[in-house]
Amino acid sequence: MTATGRPLRGLLDSEPVVATAGVSLLADALRDQAVEVTETEWQPPPPGAEGDLARVMGDPRRVAANAVAFERMTSAHAALVDVVPASEALSLERGAFLHAGPPLEWERASGPMRGALIGAVLFEGLAASADEAERHLAAGTYDLEPCHHRGAVGPMAGVVSPSMWMYALHDDVHGNDSWCSLNEGLGKVLRYGAYGPEVLERLQWMTHVLGPILRQAVRTTGPIDVRSVIAQMLQMGDEGHNRNRAGSLMLLRELLPGMITADASSSEIAEAVRFSGANEHFFLNLGMPACKLATVAAEGVPGSTVVTVMARNGTDFGIRVSGTGDQWFTGPANTPEGLFLGEYGPDDANPDIGDSAVTETGGIGGFAMAAAPAIVRFVGGDVPFALRATRTMYEITTGEHPAYQVPILGFRGTPTGIDVTKVVRTGILPQINTGMAGRVAGTGQVGAGLVTPPVGCFRAALAALAAAAPG
Amino acid sequence: MTTHVELRRGTYHDSVSLMQVSRSVAGTDGVTAAQVAMATELNVDVLRGMGFDVPHEATPNDLVVALRTESDDVLPAALAAVESTLAGLRGRQETGAGEADVPPRTVGSAARRSGATLALVSVPGQHAVTEAFDAVDSGLSVMLFSDNVSVEDEVRLKDAAAAADVLVMGPDCGTAHIGGVALGFANVVRPGSVGIVAASGTGAQQAMCLLDAAGVGISHCLGVGGRDLQAAVAGRATRQALRALAADPATDGVLLVSKPPDPVALDEVERYAAELGLPVHWAVLGAGRPDLTQAVEAFLAARGVAVPPWPHSPAPREDPALSQGPALRGLFCGGTLADEAMTVAEAELGGIRSNIAHSADLRLGPDLRDEGHVVLDFGDDGLTRGRAHPMIDPTLRMERIAVEGSDPTCGVLLLDLVLGHGAHPDPADELADAVRSARRTAQDQGRALPVVVSLTGTDGDPQDRSRCQDVLASAGAGVFLSNSQAARHALGLLRGTA
Repeated sequence: MTATGRPLRGLLDSEPVVATAGVSLLADALRDQAVEVTETEWQPPPPGAEGDLARVMGDPRRVAANAVAFERMTSAHAALVDVVPASEALSLERGAFLHAGPPLEWERASGPMRGALIGAVLFEGLAASADEAERHLAAGTYDLEPCHHRGAVGPMAGVVSPSMWMYALHDDVHGNDSWCSLNEGLGKVLRYGAYGPEVLERLQWMTHVLGPILRQAVRTTGPIDVRSVIAQMLQMGDEGHNRNRAGSLMLLRELLPGMITADASSSEIAEAVRFSGANEHFFLNLGMPACKLATVAAEGVPGSTVVTVMARNGTDFGIRVSGTGDQWFTGPANTPEGLFLGEYGPDDANPDIGDSAVTETGGIGGFAMAAAPAIVRFVGGDVPFALRATRTMYEITTGEHPAYQVPILGFRGTPTGIDVTKVVRTGILPQINTGMAGRVAGTGQVGAGLVTPPVGCFRAALAALAAAAPG
Repeated sequence: MTTHVELRRGTYHDSVSLMQVSRSVAGTDGVTAAQVAMATELNVDVLRGMGFDVPHEATPNDLVVALRTESDDVLPAALAAVESTLAGLRGRQETGAGEADVPPRTVGSAARRSGATLALVSVPGQHAVTEAFDAVDSGLSVMLFSDNVSVEDEVRLKDAAAAADVLVMGPDCGTAHIGGVALGFANVVRPGSVGIVAASGTGAQQAMCLLDAAGVGISHCLGVGGRDLQAAVAGRATRQALRALAADPATDGVLLVSKPPDPVALDEVERYAAELGLPVHWAVLGAGRPDLTQAVEAFLAARGVAVPPWPHSPAPREDPALSQGPALRGLFCGGTLADEAMTVAEAELGGIRSNIAHSADLRLGPDLRDEGHVVLDFGDDGLTRGRAHPMIDPTLRMERIAVEGSDPTCGVLLLDLVLGHGAHPDPADELADAVRSARRTAQDQGRALPVVVSLTGTDGDPQDRSRCQDVLASAGAGVFLSNSQAARHALGLLRGTA
C-alpha cells in the first residue's frame, strides 16, 4: 500500500523504520523486536545555544527557504565570458584596493595582507618605496574594501588594484556576474604577501602581455563553461581548491587555440602559454568566481540558514548567511595545520587567509576531498581521512550537488550548502583545504594544509537568525 | 579512603548509559562509591550529597567522574574500569555499510540514511525540540520521549507536524505501539482491534494491561503527550491520532486515556470524534470521574466483554502486637498512576501533599518530606533532569523506601512497578529486597509497615508479571494489577479494615 492519501503518511499501515536520538536503551529495545533502527550519535550543542536553535528550527520559513537557497546555489551556471582590467570590470578607481575576507583596517592587517597591499600600491605607482607605501596605507590614504562587496573573490590576500586584469564570469540562470584576478603561479607572489621586484615585474607582464592575450583567447573561443570543467575535474582527482591539475589542463585546452592566434608576438604568446601551462593552480581563479556565482545566487532568502560566504583576511574569519543578508559574522582566524615547504615550520604560518573558502561554501574544495585522495600528500592526512572528510560534511550541509559528483562515493553529489543550524548542533566545522602564507610580510607561501572556521561565527549567525525568526 | 573527582569537558553520554557505567564501576573491588554522570544541577546536588566536591565551573555538557576507593592503590583500577566501560559505549554504534566511520549526527541524517518513518527522540529536554523539528521537517512522525519541553515549543512543534501530516507523540511520551512495534516503555500485549490514544504514559500502559488481562487486544497505541488535552495545546495531536485511527482498517474502536483535561478542549475533541464516526470511549481522569479501572470495565461492558477478576494478591496480616504509623506514603514512578492513587486517596483522606499536588498549598518543599500523607512521582520533570527515568534507574526511589522504613509516621507504603520493554530488566527482585528491608526496619522498631504494590504488566512482558507478583508477595507486599484497587487496598490497611 502506498502512503499517498493515507493519514500521517501511512504511519499505521506498516511496521515503522525508526531513527533514534538519545537513550541507547530505547534503541536496543527496538532491536530486540527486530525493528530496523538507525541511531544518531547525538552530542549536545554548546551551552546556551539550545534556545536559539529551538527558535530557528521552529522558524516556519526555514525548510522552504533552504530549499530555495540550495536550488539556486546548485543551478547557477558559470561561463568565462571575458578578461578585463579591474578598473573596467569593477569600476575600481585609482587609490582603491580590494582585499580578501571580511572588512579590515590596516592596523589589524596581518603580515601577508600588509605585504600584498604594499605590493599593489607599488604596482600602481602610487609610491616609490615600500616604506612610503606603508606610510600611506597606515595613514588611511587609500580605500580598502572586501572583494566580496563587489561580487569578486581573491585567493590568499586577494588584493586587487585597478590595473590588474580579472576573469569575468557570468551566470545566465540568475543574471549574476563575478570576477577574479589572474593567477600568478606559486612561490614568491603578491597573494602570499611578497612584493619584491620579481613580483612586481610579473604583475606588469601579466597586465601588459598575459591579460590582453587571455582576453583575445576568451573572446575568440569563449564563452567557456566553467561549471562543466569543475564537474569533470572532480572525476579526475581534483577537489578544486588545493588541487587544480586536471582543471588547469582542461582550461588550457580550451584557451590554447585562441591564445596562439592572438595578436601578439610569437615570443609573448609562447611565454603566456608556458606560464599558464606551468601553473598547477591556473584554474583556481576560475573555480573561485564560479563558486561565487553559485553562492551569490543563494543570498538573501529570508529564513534561510544556508551559508553564502566564508572568507578570511588573515586576521578574521567571516561568514555571511542567506537569511541575514549582508551582515558579516566574524571570529579570529585559525592557523592551518599541514605540510610545510623547505625549512618553514608551524611558527612561520600566518592565520588563515583568502576568499578561496568560497569553493567549500559552494560544495567543492575540502568538501570534495574524497574526489581527490592524492591531495593528502600536499595538505597532510591519509586517504581514509580524505574520504571521511567529505562524508562528514554531509552532516552539516543542505543537500548533494546535482552536477559535482564523487566517483568513489558511488557518484554521490558533493555536500553542498552549509547549514548554520547543523554546524552548531553537531559541532562539526566546515573542512577547508588551504595554502599557508608566511607570517612576515614579503615571505610568500610556506605550506599547505587544513583549517576550520572559528565556531563563534556560526554561533553569532545563529543568534541573528533567531532574532529574525517570526513570532 | 581516597576521593577522586574529575571533570571531562565536552564528553557526552546519555543518562541511562552513564547509570550502567556507574554501576559497573561501583562493582569494582575496593570501590566504595562511584558516580559517572553529566554535571546537571540535579546530579551535582546528588554528588555533593554523596560528599564529592564538584568544581563550580561544571556545566551540564561536562562529564563528572567521581570515585571513592578504600585506598590509593585501588584508584588506577577504578579509573581503568571507567575507561573501559565508557569505551564500550562508543563501540556499540551500528551504522549503514560504507558509512561506518561517519555515524549520523542529527536525526535528519539518520532518517535519510535508512528511510525511517518514525523518530524516537529522548535527548535532554532543552535539546529535544531541535531534534523533533528536524524529524518533522524530514517527514517523520516523532515519539518525543524527552520531558522538560515548554508548552510553547510543544504547540509550535505540533502545528508544524499537522502541516506536514505527521504526528508528534509527546513531549514526555513514555509509551506507544505502532504497527506491532512497542516503543519506549511498552508492555507486550495481545494484538486486537482497540486503538488507544493516550495523553498519559503509565495510564495507557495500565489500560492496555487491564484490557490484555480481559482478553482484549489493541491495534495501535498513539501517545499524544500529557498536556495535549490542556487548554494551551487543545487536543492538536489527539485530533490527528483520532483521524488516523478512524482511517485504519485494523481499528474498530478507540479508548482515549487522559490526565485531567481542559473541559473545552475535551468537548471539541469529542465533537471531532463524532464527526469522524469513530466510536470513542473516554477514560479521563479527575476527581469525581471514574478511575481508570472503572473506565476500562465500562469499555469492556460496552463491547460485551465480561470483566474478569483483576489479578491480585492481598497483603498478609500483620502481627497485632505491632503499632502502625498514621500516614499514607505513595512512592511512584508512573505519573498517571501517582495521580490516580492520589485522587482515590483524597476522596477518603482529604488533601495529600505531593510534588505533583492537586493544589498549590499541598506542594511539597524541595526536601519532599512531610509528616502527613504524601504521594511522590519520581518520574516528574523536576526529578529527571540529567537522570534516567525511575522506571530505568530506581535509585532515588529505593533510597526513599529505606527512609520510610525508619519513619514512625509512615503507616502504609504504596508503590508502583511498571514492567515491559524499556523498563528495568529485573525490577521485582530489587524492589522485593527494598520492601523486605523496610518492613524489617519498621518491625525492629516495633512497628508494622504494610506494603502494597500496583504492578502494571502482562505475562508476555520480558519480566513476566505473574512471576513478579510472586516475588513481591513473598517479600510481604500486597500486589494488584489494578492501580485504583491497589490504592483502595492501601487505604483499607491504613484504616485497619483490609
